[in-house]
Amino acid sequence: MEEQKRIIVEIRNLYKSYHRASLTIPVLFDITFDIAEGEFLALMGPSGSGKTTLLNLLAGIDKVDKGMIRVGDVDITTLSETQLAHWRANNVGFIFQFYNLIPVLKAIENVELPLHLTSLSKRQRRDHAEMALQMVGLAHRMDHYPGEMSGGEQQRVAIARAIVTDPTILVADEPTGDLDRASAEEILGMMERLNAEMGKTIIMVTHDPRAAQRAKILRRLDKGYLAHDDSQNPL
Amino acid sequence: MMILKILFRNAFHNKLRSGLTILGIAVAILAFGLLRTVIDSWYAGVEAASTSRLVTRNAISIIFPLPISYNEKIRQIEGVKMVSYGNWFGGVYIDEKNFFPNFCVEPKTYLDIYPEFVLSPAEKKAFLADRKGFVAGRKLAKKYGWRIGDTITLKGTIFPGNWDFVLRGVYHGRDDTTDETQFYFHWAYLNETMKKVSPPRAEQVGFYMITVTRPDLSSDVALAVDKTFKNSLAETLTETEKAFNQGFIAMSGAIVTAIQMVSFVVIFIIMAVVANTMAMTTRERIGDYAIMKTLGFGGRDITILIFGESLVMTLTGCLTGMALTFPAAQAFGHTLATFFPVFRVSGETLCLDIAAAVLIACFAAIIPTRQAIRIGIADGLRRVG
Ligand SMILES: Nc1ncnc2c1ncn2[C@@H]1O[C@H](COP(=O)(O)OP(=O)(O)O)[C@@H](O)[C@H]1O
Ligand SMILES: [Mg+2]
Repeated sequence: MEEQKRIIVEIRNLYKSYHRASLTIPVLFDITFDIAEGEFLALMGPSGSGKTTLLNLLAGIDKVDKGMIRVGDVDITTLSETQLAHWRANNVGFIFQFYNLIPVLKAIENVELPLHLTSLSKRQRRDHAEMALQMVGLAHRMDHYPGEMSGGEQQRVAIARAIVTDPTILVADEPTGDLDRASAEEILGMMERLNAEMGKTIIMVTHDPRAAQRAKILRRLDKGYLAHDDSQNPL
Repeated sequence: MMILKILFRNAFHNKLRSGLTILGIAVAILAFGLLRTVIDSWYAGVEAASTSRLVTRNAISIIFPLPISYNEKIRQIEGVKMVSYGNWFGGVYIDEKNFFPNFCVEPKTYLDIYPEFVLSPAEKKAFLADRKGFVAGRKLAKKYGWRIGDTITLKGTIFPGNWDFVLRGVYHGRDDTTDETQFYFHWAYLNETMKKVSPPRAEQVGFYMITVTRPDLSSDVALAVDKTFKNSLAETLTETEKAFNQGFIAMSGAIVTAIQMVSFVVIFIIMAVVANTMAMTTRERIGDYAIMKTLGFGGRDITILIFGESLVMTLTGCLTGMALTFPAAQAFGHTLATFFPVFRVSGETLCLDIAAAVLIACFAAIIPTRQAIRIGIADGLRRVG
C-alpha cells in the first residue's frame, strides 16, 4: 500500500559469541533482517536474549564474529577501530538506559560534546546544541549539571546529544528502563515525534510492552534467535 | 578544549578525595624539599671550601698538635704564598646547647687567606689591635644579640678555664654559601695563657692554612710540606681544604645517605597514594570514557584526560608544597643556624620537586590509562548503573 522504502540497515547471517576465560558463550545466531529508512523499530525479548548485543553490533561499538552489517552505503564489519569511531561520530546517535551524561559537563556542554569531533566552529556548535536542547524542551536548563536534573530531564538531554549531529540512525537501549511512567511517556512521545516529524530511523531495545507499542515495527529476540513474525506493530 | 575542561573539572570533582590527595602531595613535596635542603647544606661547607687552600695537620690525627716552629719552614717552601695557623678551641657559651664553631687563629694572615669573611677596615683594625678581641659571623652575633664592645665568656673544654673575649668585629659572607656562624680570636692570647698555666701545651698549633702562588701547584706544595717534616717528631698530612672538610664530615656520610634514602622513600609512598587515587577515579569514570569512545573520541583523548587529571592534581600539590618549603626552610634554618650555616632551598631542589611530581603523575596514570583504553566500549558501558 506504500511505496517501497529505502533499506538503511541490512543485517545478514550475523553470529556473535563472548569469550570468558576458556568458555565460549554464544549469544546471537544467524540474524538476518532489514530496517527501512524512517522506521521506528522496537526490539523486544527477555533479559539476556541478546538485544543489547545486537544493538551494539549494528551501532558499531562491538565486533561481529561472522556476518555482514551494512548501514547506509558502508559495510561496518570491514572498518578498522579508528574508522569505526569516525563512522559512529557521523552516523549514530546513542540513547542509553542510564543516560550516560558526563557529570562534570553542563547540559549544553554535554550536547555540544559530539560536535567537537566535527569541523563546526565554536559559534555553530553552540547554536546547534541550543537548538537540540530547545527541541527536547530544556533550553532553560542548559547551564545545569546532570546531577541537578531528574532522570527524565537527563534522558532528554541525552536525546538532544543523540540528535545534535543529525545521525543516520538513532539507537536506544532501554531508554525508559530507569524512568517513572510519566517521564517514560514523555521520552517515548519525544522519540515518536522525532520519527514522525523528522523522519529519524530509530532502533529501540526494550522489554517493556508499553514502550514497544509506540514503535511501528516489532521484532522479537529469544535466546539469540530472531523470531520470524515480521508483523506490523498491532499497536 | 572540551577535553581540558573535562580533565580540570574531573581533577576537582570529588573535593574531599582530591583535597586529601593534593594535601598529601604537598606534604610529601615539602618533606622532600626540606630533606634535600638538609643534604645540600651539609655539603655547602665542602662546596664553599677552596681547592686552592691547603690545610696541614698532624699526620696521626687531627687531635694532635704541630709545633709553631713549622710556620717558618712552611713559608720557605717554593710555591707557598701565605701561611696562617690556628687551634680548634671548642669553648662552650653558657650552655652546651649553644654550639658554634670557635677557634683561635693568627689574625692578620687568617683574614688575608679568607677574603670571603668580609670585615670593615675599622673593625679589622680594632680586632688586630686587641689581643683579647674576637670576631663573630653576622648570623652568630645576631642570634645572641652581641654588640661591638661586648665581653663574652667561653668555658674552655680542651683548654680549661673561663675565657673572656671582647667583640671587635662582625663579618659578613662575601658569597651566599659563606658560613656566617664562626667565632675566632687571637692565637697569641691562647698561647700566652698556656705558657703560664700549662707550658708543655704552649707553642703548639692545631692546623696550618696555606695558600699557593698558583692553583695548579697545590698538590706539589702539599707533597713538599709533608716531605719537609718526614721523620720529624710530628709528621704532617697536607690536603686541600675541600678534602679536609670532606674528611671532617665523612663520619656523617652515613647519616646523609640515610636522609637521602628517606627523601626518596617519601616520594615512593606518595606515588603509591596518588596511584591509588587515580585507580579509584578511573574506575569510577570507566562509563564516562566508554561514552566518549562511543561518541567517537579516541585513545589519545582518553590518555590526555587521565594523564591530565593526574598532572593537574599532582602539580597543584607540588606547587603548594614548594611554596611551603620556603617559609619552612627559613624557620628550620633559623633554629638550626649553627649546625647548618647555609640553609637555602636551591634551584636544583625545586627542579627535583617538579621532576618528582611529574614522575608521580605519570606513574599514577599509566596503568589506569591502559585499562581505560583497552576495555571494549560495550564492556565499559555495561559497567554503568
Ligand atoms: N562481555 C560479556 N561477556 C560475557 N558474556 C556477555 C557479555 N555481554 C553479554 N554477555 C551475555 O550475553 C547474553 C546477552 O546479553 P545482552 O545482549 O546484554 O542481553 P539483553 O540486552 O537482551 O538483556 C547474556 O547471557 C549475557 O550474560
Ligand atoms: Mg540489555
